[in-house]
Amino acid sequence: MLEITNLVKRYGHDEAVLKGLDLKVEGNSVVSIVGASGAGKSTMLRCINRLVEPTSGSIKLNGNELVNLKGAELRRARRKIGMVFQGFNLLDRLTVMENVLAGRLGYVNLYQAISRRYPQDDIERAFVLMERVGIAHYANKRADELSGGERQRVGVVRALMQEPEVLLADEPTASLDPRTSEQIMILLQSLASELSLPVLINIHNVAQAKTYTERIVGLRHGKMIFDGLPADFNKDALDAIYGGIEAPDDAITEPPVEERSHDFV
Amino acid sequence: MTSSDAPSTAPRTWRKPPFIANPLLRYGLIIVAAVYLVWAFGSLPFNWARISEGLPRAARIFSGGFPPNLERYELLLTGFKESFQIAILATLLGVFLSIPFAVMAARNIAPMPIYIIGRAVIIVSRSFHPVIVAILFVAAVGFGPLAGILTLTLYSIGFVGKLLAEEIEEIDWGQVEAMKAAGAGYVAILFYAVFPQILPRQVGLSMYQLDSNLRASAVVGIVGAGGIGGTLMNAFGRYDYDFAFAILLIIIAVILLSEGVSGWVRKKIW
Amino acid sequence: MVDHAQQLADRIWQRYDRKQRLIRYAVLLATLMVVVWAVRDIDIFWPWVWDAPNQISGLGARMWPPSAEGLNGIIAALIETVHIATLATFLTIFLALPVAYIAAQNTTPNRACLWLGRFILVSSRSVNTIIWALLFVAIFGPGVLAGILAIVFRSIGFIGKLMGEAIEEIDRRPVEAMEATGASKAKVIAYAIVPQVMPAFFAIVILRWDINIRESTVLGLVGAGGIGVILQGAIDTFAWPTVATIMIAIIVLVLIGEAVTSLLRSKVL
Ligand SMILES: Nc1ncnc2c1ncn2[C@@H]1O[C@H](COP(=O)(O)OP(=O)(O)OP(=O)(O)O)[C@@H](O)[C@H]1O
Ligand SMILES: [Mg+2]
Repeated sequence: MLEITNLVKRYGHDEAVLKGLDLKVEGNSVVSIVGASGAGKSTMLRCINRLVEPTSGSIKLNGNELVNLKGAELRRARRKIGMVFQGFNLLDRLTVMENVLAGRLGYVNLYQAISRRYPQDDIERAFVLMERVGIAHYANKRADELSGGERQRVGVVRALMQEPEVLLADEPTASLDPRTSEQIMILLQSLASELSLPVLINIHNVAQAKTYTERIVGLRHGKMIFDGLPADFNKDALDAIYGGIEAPDDAITEPPVEERSHDFV
Repeated sequence: MTSSDAPSTAPRTWRKPPFIANPLLRYGLIIVAAVYLVWAFGSLPFNWARISEGLPRAARIFSGGFPPNLERYELLLTGFKESFQIAILATLLGVFLSIPFAVMAARNIAPMPIYIIGRAVIIVSRSFHPVIVAILFVAAVGFGPLAGILTLTLYSIGFVGKLLAEEIEEIDWGQVEAMKAAGAGYVAILFYAVFPQILPRQVGLSMYQLDSNLRASAVVGIVGAGGIGGTLMNAFGRYDYDFAFAILLIIIAVILLSEGVSGWVRKKIW
Repeated sequence: MVDHAQQLADRIWQRYDRKQRLIRYAVLLATLMVVVWAVRDIDIFWPWVWDAPNQISGLGARMWPPSAEGLNGIIAALIETVHIATLATFLTIFLALPVAYIAAQNTTPNRACLWLGRFILVSSRSVNTIIWALLFVAIFGPGVLAGILAIVFRSIGFIGKLMGEAIEEIDRRPVEAMEATGASKAKVIAYAIVPQVMPAFFAIVILRWDINIRESTVLGLVGAGGIGVILQGAIDTFAWPTVATIMIAIIVLVLIGEAVTSLLRSKVL
């Protein structure tokens, strides 16, 4: 169970991007998070696995507090949180199999990682999952030789290799054509129930959100303004989330420059 | 994996496909590399007795070198002045002389035998480190800045000439044809259709070359071709380490400064 | 109205052009003055200059024909030169990579490391190989070790700077993905950074090896091993035909080095 309480995130001295979010996701539900660009969807997801440092608030995964973890503890927590990215974020020059096995990096030791001598169980699991999504025959192909849909399947399998307790997907279908993006959504939906895994999906496509997920959360300017079933997500909700000709503070909440390059590794 | 007819119960293994597929070649290369390293290390004449004295000597040199001593700054100024003069004159001569050699070495405007001569001059002058050229010029014309100027002129001809020849090979041929159609002779074509096209590049290159000549002028002095290098060599030879370190630090400062200035000017020009 | 605007534009254009022209003349004049100063002030005995062509052709005549005597020694020295360049390049790799890592904005552990890394790179690059050699000959005595160290110390700056730039240019999204799996720093480097900088690494090392071959031909002039030692010996004994042979040998070596580099480049990259 993922439990977010009063989550606040502020970049530098700007206005807060997330202004006290509360969200509870239980069991194997698939939740979609919708909202206009800049609403804070990615920020929220990244706060969960701490790619972004929350300013304040609490995030609990199965009872464990995540926001104040450091070093090895943080890494141990992260391996229980799978993430799928909009741009796939694959290791382009490595093979599909290496990309998939990279999901185990939190579990194996450095020697195993560098020599690619993963435990037999991991390799077996990799093949099973790759077969499940239909990319097993590409095991030794370089990741950048695959098509977009295939690449995102690699991304999904990599996240599942972590044996996650929750799966985060940040616009997993935004770089894909409509057909392929439907396939990926179906895949995420069915994997969630097969592995009884809660899944959070940031998504712009409201139709897909309604079709493939069982709960919709709407964000606007860092606040949750809708939380309910797809059936209840009507025109009014849509207007509240995306309508914005009259929105006075649009200009303030969307600073044009982003400075992301400093903190990593 | 569906295509494999092995029973699906058998444990599947996976190894990273090796970088070089052919095992013979792969292990062969590794062995060759290992053997080479052993051979190279083994065959080099290391004088271990002398080397083992190195650490105390290093300590003596560095303690003798600090703090760097600027008492004889006049000597230092004279050395730098000479290096600077060498660099300027060599750049000027080199940049001018590189034009005819570049014309000779450009395939599109030089006839074949001339082209070969031009290329050969450029290749030869690029093959030799300036210090080697300097030592020969010192032997020919004696110690002093003249040898340094000759050396760096040749060095500049090699470097600028090569880049300029490539530039000429890529000029817009239409302008040349227009001049030909107007009945211009070979020299007129060079001056009106070729040189204007390469001039901007040449100005940038001269700035770059001035910078690298200044660097090189600090070292040709080591074999007696004038400039600060000679001063440095003398200080080292007389175990005058505090003066030597002062020179070294100032060389570094000057080089950084000249790199910055040359970069700034080139950015301004382009 | 239109005419007036036209005039105004013309005038502004004129003034701008005049300013530019002025700058141009000023630069030209300054250059000219510097050159005149350099020519008049430089410590050259001018009669020697007019005599220089004679002297140079005289030296050329004494060199001709190159002598085949001592060819075995020359070839041995050439091989030693190659060894120095290769071993030094090989050793440099191990020293330059950590420096590149701490000198790259995006991987450096902290500010202090960043500045330390940059300091190492700048000092390495601004001291010429032959000056490094001078220093190491003073410390370790004449011989190949001084030569190898000189090349290593100069190459650290070169390889380190270019590798640092390569690291700064990587795509950081895979890095983020690896961090999200809970991988440690070392594993993130091994999976997300190393593969990305590999092509640049090979290109840079091959390029530096080619340069090092050239550089190691002069080490011997300050006693740091290689072909330069016998070149110096031949010049000291006025054995000009041998000098010519050595020069030809150096050209051959450099051309072979260039051929090997372009072969390696086409095979590896
Ligand atoms: N690293 C950062 N530094 C500063 N501001 C940031 C940073 N990352 C995001 N922001 C700002 O935070 C706000 C929310 O960004 P976020 O990426 O969470 O939006 P989003 O809802 O995911 O939008 P999209 O649908 O376009 O992906 C934006 O105004 C953005 O400019
Ligand atoms: Mg986003």
